[in-house]
Amino acid sequence: MKWLAISLPLPALVLTVSVAAQDENPQVAHGRQVFERHCAPCHGRGPGDDRSPMLSGTAALAEKYDGARPAALEDRSDLSAPVITLFVRRGSGAMPFFRASELSDADIAAIAAYLAESSAS
Amino acid sequence: MSILPPDMDEAGFAAFLTDLRGAVGEDWVWSSETDMFPYRDAFSPVWNTPEEIQASSAVAPADVAQVQEVVRIARRHRVPLHPISTGKNFGYGGASPNVQGSAVLDLKRLDRVIEVNAERNYCLVEPGVSYFDLYRHIQERGLKVMIDCPDPGWGSPVGNALDRGVGYTMPQFRDHFGAHCGMEVVLPDGELMRTGMGALPGADSWQEYPYGFGPDPSGLFAQGNFGVVTKMGFRLMPQPEYYRTGLIRVPRRRDLITLVSHVNYLSDSGMVSEVRFASPLSALLGNADFYALATKLGGPTDAEMDAAASAAGLHSWAIDLQFLGPAAATLAQWEYARDRILSDIPGAEALDGDHFALPATEVQLANDTQPYPSAIRRKGALGIPSLGIWEIVRDDGHVGFFPVLPRDGEAVFAMQRVLGDAQRQFPLPPYFSAVTAPLFWHSSTFQMVFAPSIRRSDPEHNAMVHRAMKHMVAVAAEHGWGDYRAAPIYQDDVAATYSFNGGSLRKFLEAMKDAVDPDGIIAPGRGGVWPARFREDGRA
Repeated sequence: MKWLAISLPLPALVLTVSVAAQDENPQVAHGRQVFERHCAPCHGRGPGDDRSPMLSGTAALAEKYDGARPAALEDRSDLSAPVITLFVRRGSGAMPFFRASELSDADIAAIAAYLAESSAS
Repeated sequence: MSILPPDMDEAGFAAFLTDLRGAVGEDWVWSSETDMFPYRDAFSPVWNTPEEIQASSAVAPADVAQVQEVVRIARRHRVPLHPISTGKNFGYGGASPNVQGSAVLDLKRLDRVIEVNAERNYCLVEPGVSYFDLYRHIQERGLKVMIDCPDPGWGSPVGNALDRGVGYTMPQFRDHFGAHCGMEVVLPDGELMRTGMGALPGADSWQEYPYGFGPDPSGLFAQGNFGVVTKMGFRLMPQPEYYRTGLIRVPRRRDLITLVSHVNYLSDSGMVSEVRFASPLSALLGNADFYALATKLGGPTDAEMDAAASAAGLHSWAIDLQFLGPAAATLAQWEYARDRILSDIPGAEALDGDHFALPATEVQLANDTQPYPSAIRRKGALGIPSLGIWEIVRDDGHVGFFPVLPRDGEAVFAMQRVLGDAQRQFPLPPYFSAVTAPLFWHSSTFQMVFAPSIRRSDPEHNAMVHRAMKHMVAVAAEHGWGDYRAAPIYQDDVAATYSFNGGSLRKFLEAMKDAVDPDGIIAPGRGGVWPARFREDGRA
């Protein structure tokens, strides 16, 4: 998530992401990019702003699951495309909805593919 | 049963959708309940009630030519269009329209950063560009300009400016509509227009001189419904070399009056970035006795508040000051501000804050180096988009009423008292109390915040919030305080308060609306401006 949270000089991180993405299958690479842009600013692994220990979405899931499941989405192995679709299109609590014009069904499938890989690694 | 556009049957709706698909392609028109759900207002206090206004359909053109064609189709079928940019206007209606059955004109696919000029310090963007996108574009190219970004950063510079959003940096940049320079608009008949120097073929100064020649209509498109903005230019601050903060605290309640006067001077002289006012006494609100004092009907006396401050060993007010510029200049400005205020307010004290060269390091961005607790959000202060602000969202979201008040300490006290008393009948947190500090978001006025949460599964709570919003808008207006921005369900309430001389402003706007949009297809009702076709039935 880091290059969307933008806590480091960006060009270096873009390079890092590009190199990391070279060996990925295209759907996973696309999913990584979509996740970094659309999901990671709230659901990434890193700290939140201004000394908050977690980003808002990660903190909300930490409270919700209370250790029963990982709070960071990239550590979750149980998020299939249909499950992600439900949360993306219908929202959950303070998380609003995302339209098909901004996140397509193919984007959501790619996020699922990326999360399957990120949680395994 | 699907939601239909006004004055239209199923067959007419089907024909409209067919024409839209012909213009933008099968994949970019939606009308099913599943597809339209995300176009509802996630933060609506009238969720699932008859007052909730929902769109019938949505269409996402890919470029300006397609926007023009969609507008022509809508005019032919007489279907109201509700334009959105990134659709993230949460707290102000999200993507929801003013008229049931409108078609959302979703501009997310117009997502080009057309130009960022770091020599002449401007940008030109399309409405689907987010602050994240613009920031990334600038960083990837190493351009030495800084954006002014609101919270959260997933919004659109175009959409935010058109709703007169505000940010966190220098005064001339954090009024986002005020910082715009030039726009391109698709008019209600599908014609394309450019404002300012954009109207002069061959001009290379569209983003540098906003007026061109003759009347400038650009203000009509902010919170308005006279066209669809497809490009917008913004002035940008050159990347500052250095950032510095400082804190000043003053002991007595009425010191706020003098403090505000000094801050006005500093800000209007271009010496400070956004200033954060706060009351250290807010820390005492958990104490029942102090809570009762601060929220007392009619407000506490100055002596009572000063006694409470003295007993707690706290100052009454504090300001976080921020400085952007060359290192030596930021130091000189801080020292000047400090000396100016401390020499005029007995008992005032100053604390040196953080200071560092820009761009900030990761540690500096994390705000780990500020030597005292501060309300300043570091990324926002430095024009860096973030969603960190989402941590303040409670329940399922909130609605917002941000009354505008003069930059005057007495006015702050008056609003504390009047709106504090007004909200007492509602079981809500104390948005207005004797320790409520003004926001200095807009460049030359203060605002305060009334932002009660909503709960989609608790209609009784939402109904209370809905009543509270309308009540607060009405009471504030009785004292000359108006809202700056509102969700569609409150736009008529707010517009009705701007009623000088029998509502001559609205009459003028509606006369123009009827002239340029006779079928009333562009966002009827937005900003409280109704076309003749909907005027009788549409206005709340």
